[in-house]
Amino acid sequence: MTGTWVAVLVTAAGCYALKLTGLTVPRSVLDNPRVRRFAELVPVALLAALTAVQTFGAGQSLSLDLARLAGLGAAVLALLLRAPFLVVIVVAAGAAAALRALGVA
Amino acid sequence: MTEKTSGLAAASGGPAASVDVPTASGPAAASALPAAGGGPTARPIRDGVGLGLAVGTSGLAFGAAAVGSGLSVAQACVLSLIAFTGASQFALAGSIATGGSLIGGVAGAVLLGSRNALYGLRMTGVLAPRGARRLLIAHGVIDETTAVTLAQPDAASARLAFRATFATLYLTWNLSTLLGAYGAGRLGSPQSLGLDVVGPAAFLALIWPQLRAGRTERAVGLLGAAIALTATPFLPPGVPVILAATAALAGALVTPARPAEPPPPEPGPAAAGLP
Repeated sequence: MTGTWVAVLVTAAGCYALKLTGLTVPRSVLDNPRVRRFAELVPVALLAALTAVQTFGAGQSLSLDLARLAGLGAAVLALLLRAPFLVVIVVAAGAAAALRALGVA
Repeated sequence: MTEKTSGLAAASGGPAASVDVPTASGPAAASALPAAGGGPTARPIRDGVGLGLAVGTSGLAFGAAAVGSGLSVAQACVLSLIAFTGASQFALAGSIATGGSLIGGVAGAVLLGSRNALYGLRMTGVLAPRGARRLLIAHGVIDETTAVTLAQPDAASARLAFRATFATLYLTWNLSTLLGAYGAGRLGSPQSLGLDVVGPAAFLALIWPQLRAGRTERAVGLLGAAIALTATPFLPPGVPVILAATAALAGALVTPARPAEPPPPEPGPAAAGLP
């Protein structure tokens, strides 16, 4: 149990330290246009990667969860129809939940 | 967070934070409800509170998963309070569940948190954190707050959105962690409620404006997703997502930002670095 506590606290401290590091980098670093562009594009790359991994990933393997995929598809449809953010989320979760409730996927 | 409202006014007065808000995505910002009613402050708050509530409830899943993995209720709650970055927390719980080495589990979880440092690099220009406040702001720099903040059309809205998202998400995530840890197994499974789709759908909705903004953004997004999926079978959970940052690196090398310091007032396709 003690070991687990150490793991919990070290993880928590490490995660916080990383957040602080990002905010502490001197602003002058961002004067470089390539660095600035990199910082602009990082969220796009990482959030797109998270979207993909959370949709198709199952631990260390890839899997096709039809309900989840349908939920994401519903989200894309809602986005194309310019639905508000919350509607997108509700539609996505609702589509996945409905398919599972019906036993379709 | 409320006591910081005065700071916002001061901060928004300064033109300083101009490195900043994604000019290309601009006000088209999708998440981003075409302001049907409500003043200029309504939208950032609505976006932030909405996402905070929606994603925060997945703390139920974390609490339940953590206790199921062998963590105590207190350990689950400490992680949510201090680590406060969902993916790392799930990673640690997962590795404890499999009985793997604790050092490996910690390393994976912390590595996964390194993307928040990259977000911070991007957010520092918008949030302009100073002094002791930096310590508090830093804690809130995670996927969701970054996405909502950067989807705002101007720096003042961005700071407001950050606070709304951070405050709502922090409260909801921690309360739902507690509930999930205690109630593990008694609620419907997160899957039956479709909660496993909330994360992906939210992330996609939040980068949507940027994906629409330019060819480079779309390419970087697709490349990032492809890199992460390709690497998933070969690397520990969490690492593939970090590796996806190389897509941003490629994008930056191909289309550097224009050297001009202040971004143009109007969002133009030029900002997207179209060839």
